[in-house]
Amino acid sequence: MMKSLLSIDDLDRSGIIEICDLAESFLTVTHRDIPKVPALRGKTVASVFYEESTRTRLSFETAAKRLSADVMTMNMSSSSVKKGESLRDTVQTIEAMGVDAMVIRHSGAGAPNRVATWVDLSIVNAGDGRHEHPTQALLDVYTARRHLGADLSGARIAIVGDIRRSRVARSTTKAFAQLGAKVTLVAPPTMLPDSLVGWPVVASSDFDSVLPEVDLVYLLRIQHEREDSLAFPSLREYTERYGLTRDRADRLRPEVLIMHPGPMNRGVEIAPEVAESDASVITEQVENGVAVRMAVLYHLLGSGAAVA
Amino acid sequence: MADAMRAGDKTPSGVANSKAEARPEVLFSDGGHFVFRAKVFDANDLRRAITRIAHEIVERNHGAEDLVLLGLYTRGVAIAHRIAEVIASFEDLTVPVGALDVAFFRDDISLRQVVPLGATEVPVDIGDRIVILVDDVLFTGRTVRSALDAITELGRPRSVQLAVLVDRGHRELPIRADSVGKNLPTKKVEDVRVRLTEVDGADDSIELWGPVDEPFDPAITESQ
Repeated sequence: MMKSLLSIDDLDRSGIIEICDLAESFLTVTHRDIPKVPALRGKTVASVFYEESTRTRLSFETAAKRLSADVMTMNMSSSSVKKGESLRDTVQTIEAMGVDAMVIRHSGAGAPNRVATWVDLSIVNAGDGRHEHPTQALLDVYTARRHLGADLSGARIAIVGDIRRSRVARSTTKAFAQLGAKVTLVAPPTMLPDSLVGWPVVASSDFDSVLPEVDLVYLLRIQHEREDSLAFPSLREYTERYGLTRDRADRLRPEVLIMHPGPMNRGVEIAPEVAESDASVITEQVENGVAVRMAVLYHLLGSGAAVA
Repeated sequence: MADAMRAGDKTPSGVANSKAEARPEVLFSDGGHFVFRAKVFDANDLRRAITRIAHEIVERNHGAEDLVLLGLYTRGVAIAHRIAEVIASFEDLTVPVGALDVAFFRDDISLRQVVPLGATEVPVDIGDRIVILVDDVLFTGRTVRSALDAITELGRPRSVQLAVLVDRGHRELPIRADSVGKNLPTKKVEDVRVRLTEVDGADDSIELWGPVDEPFDPAITESQ
């Protein structure tokens, strides 16, 4: 039995499928008049976000509440972190209050792994630096399977954007590859990792040639608020070569799926009308995110956890 | 723990095992060795019991108008459909049938692995209707308790009744069935195995199995 979800590598192929199957059950729960089950009654989940987030945080908190767990939220701006408390002291303080799981986001890669060595509770990585974002990967795989079929082997997936700095790209690529999909990373050379050794993917810097032969286009957010990390002369030039414009969307296969982890920069990596098109399942990703996170929390805290 | 794994409880292990024909049979998730002990029902007995249960339900409720049958996964769903068929044959009315998965409502979620067995599908608004819960084996009563909680989330029925093929005793909660196919006194360690054509691919039957090393007293079972 798994205790924590720190990296998508914590799950093998069957583990990923198991979470997806569980999420399917939870999705039906979220559609009911009373979208709540008592599965994690008496458990407490703390959400500890050292980095800004709305959707991931709300998604986890909604998921925990729909499982009837109690949710503790640490607000960074008013917490002792402002007074200079160390990460270790903070998480040990939270542990001492008797929580069962901690959902953690941190700008430092590997922070959740460190936390897992300091405290004896389930840790869920909600994004650490440029390292991993495993629940995003799971909801991406879940959403793709709902549309492309449960068997993703042979599905052709293009992940487009700043691969090098993206934790989403890292986790999602590995998850898709685990299920046998063929992943192509599309980015300017400055946004590709220095080495792709060990990555089960191919890379391309020519989006236009990749366009017509993929089943799924996954666009990453360009973090333009961090000017230094842009790694490209201008946003306009990025959009011209790597943005999913209307013109490019027209050259995609008719049954293609368009995904984006959000928040979107409309007009940068994706044209507004493409984001609203029938091929786009971006809002569905958000909806599925709650069900998938319910599945993860249930997997870690319910389902035999006490005897594991 | 071991008790919770026995049939009459919603675990995948009992389902996985039910198709095997060879005796003595091994392969229970607790590692125990089980052997065949007694045939409780053959296909005809089972058909008659379901027919009687169908009539009892309609009789007790003075008709079938407001009924809805909710089967508990896995075999309860199949039995609910059969009861609805029988009712349709003499009442000229089709009672809606739904399926209930109680996994997330169980009270032993943290004690063992509990996975959903199917999707909850309730075709009608159960508010102000008479809900008949249907299951194959009534044992500890914990599955039924979970089902009562699950129903509460779906609405407020006028009443909830329970129909089971086998009541094997050993209740751990104050729960009883309104219609019973067969009262079967058992030992707690024994195992009641229900097979239904549409679920198991084998002929309908109900059998009593027990651990190899546990002495078997046929008188307990025969007395009924």
